[in-house]
Amino acid sequence: MADMKVAAYICQGCGLGERLDTAALASVAKKEGKAAIVKEHAFLCNADGIKMIRDDIANEAVTHVMIGACSRRAKTEAFGFTDVCVSRANLREGVIWSQPETDEARETTQEMAEDYIRMGCAEVKKMTLPQGDPAAVTDRTLLVVGGGVSGMTAALEASKAGYKVVLVEKSGALGGWAAKLHKRTPGKSPFKEPQETPVAEMAAAIEADANIKVYLNAITSKTGGAPGRFEIEISTESGATVVEKAGAIIQATGFELYDANKLPELGYGQSANVVDQAGLEALAKAAKGSPIKRPSDGGEVKTVVFVQCAGQRDDSGKHLPYCSGSCCLTSVKQAMYFKESNPDIDTVVIYSDLRMPGNGEDFYRSGQEKGVIFTKGNVSSVEAAGNQCKVNFHDVILNDQTAIDNADLVVLATGQVPNSGVDIDTKLKAEIAAAGGDNSLMEAYSASQVEGAVQPISVLNLTYRQGPDMPQLKYGFTDSHFICFPYETRRTGIYSAGPVRRPMDMVQAMEDATGAAMKAIQAIENAGLGRAAHPRSGDLSYPIFRKEGCTQCKRCTVECPFGAIDEDEQRFPLFNQARCRRCGTCMGACPVRVISFENYSVETVGAQLKAVDVPDEFSEKPRILILACENDAYPALDMAAMNRNVYSAFVRVIPVRCLGSVNTIWINDALSNGYDGIMMMGCKHGDDYQCHFVKGSELANVRMSKIGDTLKNMSLEEERVSTFEVAITDIERVPQLINDYAALIQKIGMSPMKGF
Amino acid sequence: MAKKTYSFYPGCSSQTKASSDNYLKSTNSMCKYLDIELKEIPDWNCCGASIGYAEGGELPRITLSARNMALSEQHNPGMDLVATCAACWLSTREAKERIAHSAQTLTEANTALAEAGLTYKGNQAARHMAEVLVEDFGFDELKRGVKKPLQGIKFAGYVGCQTNRPFGLAGESFENPKYLDNLVEAMGGEAVPYDQKVTCCGGALAFSEPEKSQKQIKDIIESAYDHGAEMIVTPCPLCQANVEIYQGEVNKRFGTKFNIPVTYYSQLITVAYGGTAAEAALDGQLIRATRLEEIAKK
Amino acid sequence: MSENYRNNFLKEVEERVEEGHWVKMCMQCGVCAGSCPLGPHWAHPPQEIFMMIRAGKREEVLTSDSMWMCTSCYNCVVRCPRKLPITHIMHGLANLAYRLGLSPKNQTTQKFASMFWNNLAQTGRVNELKLSLGMYFKDGFAQGIKNAMAMQSVGLGMVKAKRLNPMELFGGHGIKDKSGFHAMLKKAREIEDRRKNFA
Repeated sequence: MADMKVAAYICQGCGLGERLDTAALASVAKKEGKAAIVKEHAFLCNADGIKMIRDDIANEAVTHVMIGACSRRAKTEAFGFTDVCVSRANLREGVIWSQPETDEARETTQEMAEDYIRMGCAEVKKMTLPQGDPAAVTDRTLLVVGGGVSGMTAALEASKAGYKVVLVEKSGALGGWAAKLHKRTPGKSPFKEPQETPVAEMAAAIEADANIKVYLNAITSKTGGAPGRFEIEISTESGATVVEKAGAIIQATGFELYDANKLPELGYGQSANVVDQAGLEALAKAAKGSPIKRPSDGGEVKTVVFVQCAGQRDDSGKHLPYCSGSCCLTSVKQAMYFKESNPDIDTVVIYSDLRMPGNGEDFYRSGQEKGVIFTKGNVSSVEAAGNQCKVNFHDVILNDQTAIDNADLVVLATGQVPNSGVDIDTKLKAEIAAAGGDNSLMEAYSASQVEGAVQPISVLNLTYRQGPDMPQLKYGFTDSHFICFPYETRRTGIYSAGPVRRPMDMVQAMEDATGAAMKAIQAIENAGLGRAAHPRSGDLSYPIFRKEGCTQCKRCTVECPFGAIDEDEQRFPLFNQARCRRCGTCMGACPVRVISFENYSVETVGAQLKAVDVPDEFSEKPRILILACENDAYPALDMAAMNRNVYSAFVRVIPVRCLGSVNTIWINDALSNGYDGIMMMGCKHGDDYQCHFVKGSELANVRMSKIGDTLKNMSLEEERVSTFEVAITDIERVPQLINDYAALIQKIGMSPMKGF
Repeated sequence: MAKKTYSFYPGCSSQTKASSDNYLKSTNSMCKYLDIELKEIPDWNCCGASIGYAEGGELPRITLSARNMALSEQHNPGMDLVATCAACWLSTREAKERIAHSAQTLTEANTALAEAGLTYKGNQAARHMAEVLVEDFGFDELKRGVKKPLQGIKFAGYVGCQTNRPFGLAGESFENPKYLDNLVEAMGGEAVPYDQKVTCCGGALAFSEPEKSQKQIKDIIESAYDHGAEMIVTPCPLCQANVEIYQGEVNKRFGTKFNIPVTYYSQLITVAYGGTAAEAALDGQLIRATRLEEIAKK
Repeated sequence: MSENYRNNFLKEVEERVEEGHWVKMCMQCGVCAGSCPLGPHWAHPPQEIFMMIRAGKREEVLTSDSMWMCTSCYNCVVRCPRKLPITHIMHGLANLAYRLGLSPKNQTTQKFASMFWNNLAQTGRVNELKLSLGMYFKDGFAQGIKNAMAMQSVGLGMVKAKRLNPMELFGGHGIKDKSGFHAMLKKAREIEDRRKNFA
């Protein structure tokens, strides 16, 4: 590697020249930042400014560039030099736009800017240029598990984009749930009539597609590797096992209907005339276009009652607690089967809330136009009497305990149960519940561990140390980044699509599968280039691990939200770079600090916070360190500044990849360097987390909850280290948080740790 | 501006010595100042209002309006039909739209009209006088004629129901129509914001269900008072009548001391244009609009 | 077989009630109920009436005085997310109930509505004085005198403001072509009765 040569450039544009003494900043870069070249420029991001930097790189052998201008989130293209290390001192959003433009503020504003120059110089000197993964490979094949409409859509979309597909289907035919339907709910305008299912058409297209290889009656019995180089064993019914390679995987294993046998009070099993939605589809298919007959005796059907939310949205704990989001549409469609054969058949849908996703409202209206009656009510029981049933219910609008007698058919809308495989966190969830006083999960878990107990069947059979299937988010649905990035799971390169991810109808499933296929293709391509997948797509850095220092504590392997780290035979962590998302959670977790990235490490951040000039105890100028998540909190700060929402001049902000990457050494260092307070700003965590890296902010929170002892040992107040949940939209709130915290620090007084 | 001519449907309440006699008088004065000629539809009949449904049913009600429109088409061709009464306008426009949407209704209405020797063609627009002012003149034009601005008077523009819903004036919101306020401001008055601008006065039920309706009237007046209004102005004869006539009853029932004049926009415009109290039919107020009378006297 | 939640009454409403074909389109949001100025006085707000029709409660709907609470303010109509012409449906239901003789006896709005129509049907224009007096005397002569006395000050004020003419009692306003007008209304009624299946 060539010798390090640092150049610092200070921009005077966007008002920086008027608000700041840039000559003084240049002098700081020179004297304290030890930059070999220091230049000011009136308009650094214009062609002339960029050329100046380029020329220095070419002619002066500059290897490290510190740019004192706008936020690192601005002008990324202009300042996107890939052949040198670059750091950015945020003088515009971070200083002049967030500080009042007054004479009184001039001194503290300048001090702030000088500190950011010091920090930028310190940071860049600790960086090396990411080299990318030299071992990067990729196989431009997509493995799709599940041959229903979601899986077929993903396969066809990937093929259209030029990728090969291996499609594995457990049953003997493609089509899944859709193949069982007489007709489907409408997927195109005007959304008024049931349509033919797309199964035959899609299956034929797959048959004719040379890019798609189909395995029927087959399962994925072993899945190993990483994005770009997955290796999958496919076991077929005949007992033969085939090995296929793939760059990415989509799990589209769909759902089963909730078992209506668990609903005897609603007449299921008591009368042949009580069916679930699959049962009604079977009757409609069997009728082949002629009127549907009463199952018990083949009699004419005059009245049909649809019971919505049967065994769903249940708060007693007996049945599904959630709404399946598609059964209302299905009931409208099924009522239309009857109205189509004879408009005089009375069809009553008893619902507690109708949910008509997408253009379903048009379909609902169409059902009403055809005379389907919708009644808001709660069904208490269905009694079988001869060839008819009596449906007892409470009409909520009329507040009337009433009944529909003489129903010839009762259809129970029972909802979707995902085929997501093994819940790898059963034990963890049981432990959490037990800690909260609920032992039921733990008992169930213990029962499942007894020899001979029926074990859930894995779908993917992953060879990851974290378990054979994807983590499950809630109610047994597979993991996905629910709020921000719907197809992203915690297993890089493996995407979930369709109702296995969350309950949905066919329109949504097809959209879902298309989206997942596109994400899978990105993963395949990024893997080939040795780059990170979402959300740091394009990042060439990866965790570098200094084995000699490792104590085999396993914190990195356990805490990695993405299952990227296995253990080798000697129980050292084994990094699978292609699975890694580069969040740095492993780096934050490591107690002996042997994990780092070339351009982001314990040193790059540590050097910055140590570079800040901390005034003495009597200066009345406290220093508050903010470690801000670069995905949400940092942009929120930038946007606050764009709106000129001013905040305290005593803060110094360091962006971090994720709060999960924060190593407690930084806290120790900051406190012993005399900082008066530390604010950690990360994303919302919990069930409805917004953390880009799913678990990062949660882990940081856990780690920081244990910092109390450290503070006590240093005889410092607990408030000196605080964590905050910040969303990207908190443009008004973030400056307020800062100012409130600054006031709090003022109240508890300056840190006694200064000047040691 | 050139003279404008409209086919005019005054309606029952506007007739001489009927409950909105003063509306017609002031409208005529206003039109004189604006150079509008109103050609009354010969032998027009009652629109049925929205209370005739019990006995009248659907088709007879539509036919009532169809007769007026047919007469207008026959005698005042090439003009827009204009009504001043909210109910007259609503019934007429509603009948027009019903017939336009159903060939069967058109046939049936014409079958009935044939008994009176008439045919409905549907070639005239059915408009309210407020539409004429806002759309054919506009606030700037209306402002031009002001000789005695209604300076310093605070008005509560009470739009009410039937000039506002279900049709209303084009571009206005149902929840907060602005045209009446704009009209007040154009005349130099001050329109106070208040929250009962489009509240129902009880309509015909002021008569049949006085207990229930008077609560409505009280809310409207109270809100106007609370927001500083000295006078209420309205485009609807039933709103005017209910809110003015029943103030005494409301005061008895609720122990209030309301005494707020309720006027028509046509009275405001007449006074602002320099008309006399008689021209503005201010003598037709049960509660004297003294502030307007003072300006008219100047 | 019980009529509970069967379509028979709904179908009758569709055939015999003005704009009745809209009833099935109600989505039970309740905005109409919350928007009605006389909302608290309805035994069954429109939302409920629509559900009762769909539940087959013919008797309960037609004998209810709810529809007679409508002031024709059209608030529900402009707010209904499904654009149901609720005002007209209420008028239509009231009309059906009245025609079938099921509407509640002594319902004042019903009396006023029918008086209003008869008043205008006679001369082609409304005679406000006769209408008012008719209303006062609807419950008999003695009560009528009482009512009229109670409203005396209002009436006198109106006369003073030249907005009520005592002479209206003897004749008053009217159209010229009364015979054509009467024939027209008779015909319209005939057509309507045939279409809506009224005897």
